[in-house]
Amino acid sequence: MPKKNPVIEIKMEWCKGCAFCVEFCPKEVLQMKGIYPVVAKIEDCTACGLCEVLCPDFAIEVIAEDEAVKK
Amino acid sequence: MFEYAKYLRLNKFPLIWCAGCGDGIVLKAMLRAIDKIGLSNDEITMVSGIGCSSRLPGYVDFNTLHTTHGRAIAFATGVKIAKPEMTVIVVTGDGDATAIGGNHYIHAARRNLDLTVILFNNNIYGMTGGQVSPTTPVGKKASTSPYGNLEPSFNISGLAQAAGASFVARGTVHGAHMLEKFIEKAIRKKGFSVVEVITPCPTAYGRRNRMGTAVNMIQDLKENAVTLKKAAKMSPEELEGKVVTGVLVDIDKPEYTEEYAKLSEQLKNKVGVD
Repeated sequence: MPKKNPVIEIKMEWCKGCAFCVEFCPKEVLQMKGIYPVVAKIEDCTACGLCEVLCPDFAIEVIAEDEAVKK
Repeated sequence: MFEYAKYLRLNKFPLIWCAGCGDGIVLKAMLRAIDKIGLSNDEITMVSGIGCSSRLPGYVDFNTLHTTHGRAIAFATGVKIAKPEMTVIVVTGDGDATAIGGNHYIHAARRNLDLTVILFNNNIYGMTGGQVSPTTPVGKKASTSPYGNLEPSFNISGLAQAAGASFVARGTVHGAHMLEKFIEKAIRKKGFSVVEVITPCPTAYGRRNRMGTAVNMIQDLKENAVTLKKAAKMSPEELEGKVVTGVLVDIDKPEYTEEYAKLSEQLKNKVGVD
């Protein structure tokens, strides 16, 4: 069975572009594009959730593989 | 990963705080701690004064009170005395709690009233225009100290400890997981509990002191934070400019509302009235 990647949802209307999620991701999954972050390498994501914990604006959500199946 | 929505007033979003402000990280840590304890929205009263951090109760779906500058603890005292079963959380800033409300802060600690104070320390009065606060380090610039601050700063946690608080912890927004644990312990503690959170203010403090972007400020926090264990092995010179994190005080002592109820019961029996 192929590995299912986690899903990272970014709510652009709440994001202020502080770049915490990009800078503190241990796997460099996210990248800045203009003033907003985008998901660049989802295959490296381990769903640790650090970006979600450090986002001050509730703008990023990580849905782990098993949760994504349920949804 | 975590469902924040059940605790939030989503119609108030997006948050008013500046890009790179750490207050939202503290709010999230607090919600996760509350979820872990299993408190329902109606069991919590959140009280705040004036300031950036004090805007927080506007975003949460608890019983909330947004009060006058510095008086958050005074209002919270009233709520706790009237409803001792309520979990009362005070959200306040460094200027709000230790300058304008300094007396309320030390006397609530002395009484050991069962309040949880989450104190956002960003070293400045952010919302009111970047004035120098009691925690602005010596030499740093603020709108009221354009050539650098001359006044030595307060050790907020040390103040609570000396005044008699039963739980004191210090964390940073970079260590958000640790912060969550401190807040959980503080809420569970019967007695006056303080969690001092070091959070960056990139707009009013960082920019004026050329500290770089909000990301740089958080990286500085990461480098300057030392745990209590490590700090014990360091000399006072080495500790200069460092932030010691950890649970600084955790003791058990008589709590005010319990003692009040006991006294009330005793007097009722003595006088023989209900």
